[in-house]
Amino acid sequence: MRPPLRELDRPLGLVVLALAAYGLATLYSAGQTDVPTFVTTIWQKQLIWLGVGAVAVVLMFRTSPRLLEWATPYAYGISVVVLVFTLFVGTGGGTAASERSWIAIGGWRLGQPAELAKLAVILMLGRWLAERREAPATLRDLVPPCVIVGLPTLLVAKQPDLGSAMVFIAILFTMLFWAGTKPSLLLLLGSPVIGLILAFSTVTWGAWIVVLVALLVWWRPYVWEGLAVMLANLVMGVIAVPLWQRLAPYQQNRLLAFLNPQEDPRATGWHVIQSKIAIGSGGFLGQGFTHGPQKRLAFLPAQFTDFIFSVVGEELGFVGVLVALALFGALLLILLRIARRATDPYSSLCVFGVTGMLFTHIIENIGMTVNLLPITGIPLPFFSYGGSFLLACSLAVGISLRVAWEARQSGYAEL
Amino acid sequence: MSGFHPHLLERRLRVTRGVVWGSVAALVIVFFRTQILEHSKYQLQSETNRLRPIPLPAPRGIITDRNGKILAENVTGYTVSLLPAPDQDSLRATLRRIAPIVKLDSLDIERVLARYRKTPYLPVTVLPSATFGIVSALEERRLIFPGLLIQAEPKRHYPDSSLVAHLVGYVGELTEAERAQRRFASVRLGGLLGKDGLEREYDDSLRGADGVRFVEVSALGHVVREAGAASRLSPVPGRALHTTIDLELQRYIAQIFPGGQRGAVLAMNPNTGEILALYSAPGFDPNAFVGGVDPDYWRRLNENEAHPLFDRTIQARYPPGSTWKLAVAAMALRRGIVTLRSRMPIPCRGGLQYGNRFFRCWSAQGHGDLALVDAIAQSCDVYFYQLGLKLGLTSLLEDAGTLGFHSRTGVDLPGEITSEFPGGTDYYDRYYGPRRWTSAVTLNLAIGQGENAQTLVNMVRFYQMLASDGKARTPYLVHPAAASSVSLDLAPDQLAGLRQAMISVVERGTARGAARFGGSIAIAGKTGTAQNPHGPAHGWFIGFAPAEKPEIVVGAIVEFAREGPYVAPLVTRVIGHYLGVDTTAASRIRIVLPTDTAPHPMQLLPGPPEEDTTVTPLDTAPTPPDTGAPPDTGDATPAPRTR
Repeated sequence: MRPPLRELDRPLGLVVLALAAYGLATLYSAGQTDVPTFVTTIWQKQLIWLGVGAVAVVLMFRTSPRLLEWATPYAYGISVVVLVFTLFVGTGGGTAASERSWIAIGGWRLGQPAELAKLAVILMLGRWLAERREAPATLRDLVPPCVIVGLPTLLVAKQPDLGSAMVFIAILFTMLFWAGTKPSLLLLLGSPVIGLILAFSTVTWGAWIVVLVALLVWWRPYVWEGLAVMLANLVMGVIAVPLWQRLAPYQQNRLLAFLNPQEDPRATGWHVIQSKIAIGSGGFLGQGFTHGPQKRLAFLPAQFTDFIFSVVGEELGFVGVLVALALFGALLLILLRIARRATDPYSSLCVFGVTGMLFTHIIENIGMTVNLLPITGIPLPFFSYGGSFLLACSLAVGISLRVAWEARQSGYAEL
Repeated sequence: MSGFHPHLLERRLRVTRGVVWGSVAALVIVFFRTQILEHSKYQLQSETNRLRPIPLPAPRGIITDRNGKILAENVTGYTVSLLPAPDQDSLRATLRRIAPIVKLDSLDIERVLARYRKTPYLPVTVLPSATFGIVSALEERRLIFPGLLIQAEPKRHYPDSSLVAHLVGYVGELTEAERAQRRFASVRLGGLLGKDGLEREYDDSLRGADGVRFVEVSALGHVVREAGAASRLSPVPGRALHTTIDLELQRYIAQIFPGGQRGAVLAMNPNTGEILALYSAPGFDPNAFVGGVDPDYWRRLNENEAHPLFDRTIQARYPPGSTWKLAVAAMALRRGIVTLRSRMPIPCRGGLQYGNRFFRCWSAQGHGDLALVDAIAQSCDVYFYQLGLKLGLTSLLEDAGTLGFHSRTGVDLPGEITSEFPGGTDYYDRYYGPRRWTSAVTLNLAIGQGENAQTLVNMVRFYQMLASDGKARTPYLVHPAAASSVSLDLAPDQLAGLRQAMISVVERGTARGAARFGGSIAIAGKTGTAQNPHGPAHGWFIGFAPAEKPEIVVGAIVEFAREGPYVAPLVTRVIGHYLGVDTTAASRIRIVLPTDTAPHPMQLLPGPPEEDTTVTPLDTAPTPPDTGAPPDTGDATPAPRTR
């Protein structure tokens, strides 16, 4: 049965439409610099991508979840193959010039496969989790999901695109949580990562190991599980330093700049400092649409991709920020409601995975503009310029709209 | 699948909603802090980010003569400067690119960088006065020179150039040493201020207050536009300076001053102290100092043995020679030792035997028996040897102090040096040892030789007393100083008698040829010849006119002029020009007279006058490479004794 377009979920449709309009307007403003660059007309390209996105939304809305579920393994497979392919023939481009994250044919850049791979991973993970009768209860149960997510994660990290890799990890944890995995198990799964972060100091790492032992004694997992977790944490503690040294200097600098932006204000800290100045100078009402001096005079870096939210902050002020945050908050809450009301676990998991992905992008991207989180080059949904991610978001919205429609068809809406 | 029981889902949904609300709330809080609480801080940072202060130099006040003619004015010039760069290397790179257009060599670039290091937050001047050609060449390439700033600025201009150089002085950039002085606390680094002459003396009122404007720059340092008018602070122009100088007279002096000679001419109004002309030769071009003096020019000025920077009216001391005889006469008259008609016991026979030494008169055949007035007219040394002995060394030294012969006049110009004269007999005790000198020094002092070195301005001030009511008027150019306590304390008839004696000088005495000219005006004056061990003597003449009721007193010294009589026509022509009488007669004057002073060069003061004329360390940027002898303080090498 083909759902008619007028039965779209109104709140989701309106919020997405508002965000797309807001984003396009901001992107237009981002191009209005005193010295015109290619960014000046980039909003027109984004408009075309929005058109493509609209088609994608309709297409996915018309696609039955069952068909999607059937096609999932193929989508996932193709994604992994393309990611492998990207590693060999990928080119740098845009604001990620040093990464081989683009697929290009004959010099024509098609897009960043990693963005679409995020969606494929969500679908694949949703399918695997939905097929199981029980929620994963042991670490052993968690091995297949880790493999499903881990494979593209490693491929993306190899590009190297650590930001997207982090998004994959976030998707894994949010979807495991939605599937009913016990928080304690998730903590054990995440413990090596925590151990890795805390390994910057012997004291904090030692304290973490003590806490971990206490947790293991308290939760009493299988002996081999406990041993594996302990071992993983110990290994992380050992390899932390060599791992840090293997990071590219710019990656190290980003983390260091997060801890202290003033350390080297002209180089690494530049992005954060200029972004904070732009946002801070915006005040309550902002400097006026298209009139932000920080942006106009090119002090604001990557103002049309990663730091586009600083333009909102500078030009539209706290009010503009509140509106944007309200729209994003509404989007996430609406998606959560759809996930909750979904008729089947697969649909529910997919929508929740999409929510997790968008949540990670939004919080990380906005958080880094005010130095709340370290800088990673991940785009802001509907705002940042970029076709691949906009297409991924559109597909996700299309899927969610279909799931919402299915739920209403089954009478859930009346509950 | 049990995990998707609605009840369990609801619980997880609540947790997730909590996470979403919490995260959004955290962002709202952080943005609230950044945009509302810390708004002013970031607003300021945003402005300092993009706004660069550009000082707007205030036009200095103009300087005019007594008739409103311009001595110093401002013209528009173009300054090429660069906005502060993030670091020295990028500035250096820009300078290298700009170098072919504005003709900078690597030394100039280093100089610009040194200036940048001093004030890294202000635009650094690359070219202080650019031609229109350079300006347009730079404007065409504006895009490749980040931070290029071309500004029209008022530039100091002295239309009469070297003619008024010592009078007006010149301007230059504030130095580190000056910055420490409270007086220049309001001058920014790199700002201009007076360095010498009137520019220095009245800098506080001439300077005005610099303004500031802000320009907006992009992240690459290009000037994008002028910031709003509200942030602009207009400069306050300096106040005009109205001087007592008669530019016409000054020009005339420069015109008739013997070419290539060193010397000075000072003209003042004896009744008020107003300086009418102040000329020192050789001069220099004060316009060359505007916008930074060319190092070559500066070196040439300082290495020139004529010391052109040196103001010979107030910064050079010369033995006064016979011009001093009027001082001795005045001292004896005020003490009542002699009258204008007094004669000395020994008539002049060409010299005087004193102790074991014969002191000669300049005239070998002798002047015979003379009264004081005649002795002045003839400049008879024998008369004054005896007058000095009659006065006594103690009185002579004391009165010289009273009449201001070992102090400054207090003229309103910077750098006036103190005239030198022994303060008391202990001076001789110190330099020759007690009992190792005799009162023979009195004889030398009495005729203007010996330990006596006077500035031109001080001698002119003394003759001003003679020319007026006997009270000293402090010479001034702008503001009259407080009444001076120095006075001759002579009765009007005594003053009249001395003046009559000086008319005699001109009419029939040593300056005979100067004469009355035009038939109507009598000029009173006195010649002098200062012995100079280094060559021909320096000639003095100080005169005033009309003798009956003087309106102008003019003193002149010409170095190596051999004798005072050679200088007399110069002064008489100046006086004639000022008083508007025919000076052709004066210009034909040829005075040929033998030296009117003691024939033995007795240089008792340490150092020849040339070394007295050492450039007092001017606090301009480059130090003169050759500072000559250390400034004399009267305690250098002991001179040969007179016995």
